[in-house]
Amino acid sequence: MNNLLSIDSVSKYYGNFTALNNVSLNVKEGSIFGLLGPNGAGKTTLIRIINQITRPDEGKILFNNEPLNINHIRDIGYLPEERGLYPKMNIGDQAVYLAQLKGLQRDAAKSELRKWFDKFGIEDWWNRKVTELSKGMAQKVQFIVTVLHKPKLLIFDEPFSGFDPINANIIKDEILDLRNKGATIIFSTHRMESVEELCEDIALINKSNKILDGNLDEIKTKFKSNIYEVGVSANNPDLLYKELEKIFKTLKPSFKTIGENLKLNVKLNGKQNSDELLKILNQNAKVIHFKEVIPSANEIFINSVKNN
Amino acid sequence: MEHFSIITTREFINKIGNKSFILMTVLLPIILSGIGFLLAFLSSINNDTAKTISVIDKTGYIYEKLDSSNDIKYELIGKSGSLDEARDISKNKSDYGLLYIDYFDTPDEIAESIVFITEDSPSFSVIDRIESELEVILTNENYRIQGIDINLINSSRVFINLFQESFDGEETSRIDGLVSLIFGFFLGFLLYFFIFAYGSMIMMSVMEEKTNRIIEIIISSVKPFNLMTGKIIGVSLAGLTQVFIWMLMFFAFSFIFSSIFGISSSYDSGELMLSSNSGDGLSSFALEMISAFLNLPLMNIFIAFILYFIGGYLLYAAIFASIGAAIDNQADAQQFMIPITLLVIIALYVGILTVPEDPNGIVAQIFSYIPFTSPIVMLMRIPNGVSLYEQIISVTILFSSVVFMIWVGAKIYRIGILMYGKKVTYGEIIKWLKY
Repeated sequence: MNNLLSIDSVSKYYGNFTALNNVSLNVKEGSIFGLLGPNGAGKTTLIRIINQITRPDEGKILFNNEPLNINHIRDIGYLPEERGLYPKMNIGDQAVYLAQLKGLQRDAAKSELRKWFDKFGIEDWWNRKVTELSKGMAQKVQFIVTVLHKPKLLIFDEPFSGFDPINANIIKDEILDLRNKGATIIFSTHRMESVEELCEDIALINKSNKILDGNLDEIKTKFKSNIYEVGVSANNPDLLYKELEKIFKTLKPSFKTIGENLKLNVKLNGKQNSDELLKILNQNAKVIHFKEVIPSANEIFINSVKNN
Repeated sequence: MEHFSIITTREFINKIGNKSFILMTVLLPIILSGIGFLLAFLSSINNDTAKTISVIDKTGYIYEKLDSSNDIKYELIGKSGSLDEARDISKNKSDYGLLYIDYFDTPDEIAESIVFITEDSPSFSVIDRIESELEVILTNENYRIQGIDINLINSSRVFINLFQESFDGEETSRIDGLVSLIFGFFLGFLLYFFIFAYGSMIMMSVMEEKTNRIIEIIISSVKPFNLMTGKIIGVSLAGLTQVFIWMLMFFAFSFIFSSIFGISSSYDSGELMLSSNSGDGLSSFALEMISAFLNLPLMNIFIAFILYFIGGYLLYAAIFASIGAAIDNQADAQQFMIPITLLVIIALYVGILTVPEDPNGIVAQIFSYIPFTSPIVMLMRIPNGVSLYEQIISVTILFSSVVFMIWVGAKIYRIGILMYGKKVTYGEIIKWLKY
C-alpha cells in the first residue's frame, strides 16, 4: 500500500538539545497510525515538523510521494493537544475563518460547517461565543474545524482529552468514519486502550529516538512470551500440578475466573508447543480456561520505555 | 498573500467590532469635548459677572480716567474720608473691593499711597489690570506736570519686529518659528500616541492567541511571518479608522463649539497706552498663524510625516508583536515594556529640550539618525527646515532597521508563540535568534 507520509532520518536540534534523533517512519494511506511516547519524547516536535510549523534540521519528508511543501498545508488537518478558540468571536465566524486559512472559500466553508453542525446537533451554536460553551462543547467545535476542509491526513494529538465517555465515543466513531472514507490518521496519545482499538500501525518514540515501530499485531506477536493461562477442573489438582511442573515452567496465575480448582500460568520453551500442553490437560481434567497471554499495547509501551 | 488578507480582515473587523474599541472611539471625543464645553461654559459665566470696584478718589482726576470694561467696573462712592472710614464702608459693601486713592501733590506720592481693600485675596489678573491702569494715568500726569507732550512721545516711539529670513531667502518670523514648533510637537506626539495605543494593541492580540491556545491551530495553516504582518496591518488599519473618526468628530464638535462660543471666546486685549496695534488683535494673530502655517515646508512635512510615521510605527509594532509572542501574560510584559517606553520618552525629551533651542544642533542631529528616536525627533525638526540629504540618510537608516526588526521579530515570534508557561528572559530570546 502507498505511503501517504514517509519520514526519512529526520533530526531536530534546539541549541544543544536534540529533540528528534534520526527518526524514520512510514504512514500508510488510509490507515490509523499511533504515535506513542512518554511526555517530552519528541512527539509534538515531530507533529510540528509534519505541519511545517518547524523545519527539520536533517532528513527528508515525503507527502504523497512529493517532498513536503507549503501546498500540502491544506491537505493536513491538525488538532493540537494545546488547543483553544477565540473567546470573543462567534463560533460560526471563527470556524469559517480557520477553514479559510486552510484554503476553503468562504461559502464552501459555511455550507460544510452547517453540515457538521447538523450532524452533531449543534446548529444553534453558530452565534454563540466560546465562553458560553463547556470544555467538551468547545472540543467538538475544534474537532469540526480540524476535519472541515477534508484533509488527506489528519493529526490528532490527544483527541479524547476533555471528553466524557459518551462524547469520546462519538468522536471515536467519527474518526473511524473518516478513515473509512479514505483519510489517513496519525493519532498521538497516552491512552493505550484507544490505541488498541483504533491503530493498525504504531511508532514508539522515547528520548528523541524511535525505539519501536510497525504493525501493532506483529509487534504484539514479537513481544509474546509463550505464556498460557490455564484454568481447569481436575479430579486431582495436586497431581496434575506436579506433572505439569515436571514438563513445563509454571508461574502464578495472572487471571481471574470462577469454577476451576487449578489455576496457573504456563510458560513454554522454544521447543514445546501448546498442543502438548493441551493434550496433558485434556487427559487429566476438564479445560475451562485456556488462553495465550498477548501483551497489551500498554505493557509493550511500558516495557520498551523501561528497557530503552 | 491570500492568508495575509484573510488575517488582516479578521484583525480589522475584530478590533472595530470590539465593544471597548467602539466605546473608546465614541466616548473619548465626547468626554474631551464635554470637558472643553464645560470649561468654556464656566469661563463664560465667569466673564459675564463683572467685578465692581468701589473707588474713593480724593485727587479728583484719577477716577475719570479709569476705564470700566466688561469684567471690571469702577464706581465712585466718595471724594473724601480717611482710610479707616473707607475700610468700614468696604466691610459693609458686597463689592469685589475698594480702591482708596489719597490726595498728594505729586503723582509719585499718590502712587505710593494707593490702597486696594478686598475681603479675599484678589486675583492676579485683576491686580495686574488695576496697577497698569493706574501706572498709565499717573505717568501721563507726571508728563503733563513736567510739560512733556504725550503725543510727541507716542509718535516718537519705535517698534521693532525683526524681519526674519532663512538662508534660502524664505521669509520667516517669530510666529513662523512658534508655529513650526507647535506643529512639529503635534506630529511627534501623534506618533508617540499611535505607537503606544496601537502597538500595545498588537501585543495584546498576539498574546491572546497564545493564551487562548488557538495559536497552534493557526500556525499549522499560516506562516508566522504572514500572521505577524497581517496582525500589524489589521490593527493599524483599525487604529487609523479610529483616528479618522476622531478627526471627523473633532471637526463636527469644533463647528458646534464655535457657533455657540465663537464670540465670547475672544477677549478684550486691554487699552495699553504704548501698544502698537491692539485694536484688531485676535483676527490678525489668527491670520498670521495661518500664513505662518502655510509658510512651513508643507510638502516636505507631508512626505516626511508619512515616511516617519509608517517607519516609526512599524519598527515599534514589530517589537510589540515579538514581545506579545514571547510572554504568556500581561504581568511579564513589564520587563520588556520599560526599555521601549524609555526609548520613546528619550525621543520626546530630546525633541522637546533641544529642538526649540537649536533645531539643527548636534544632539538633535544625532538622535534623528537613531531609528528608535528619529521618527519623533525628525518630525519635530522638519517644520524648522532640515536639509534633504540628512532626511534621506535618516529615512534610509530607519527603513533598514524596520526590515531588520521585522526579520528579528518574525524569528522571535515563530518560536515564542509555541512556548507556553515559561517566563522568558532576554537571554533566552537571544538564543531563539540562533535557532
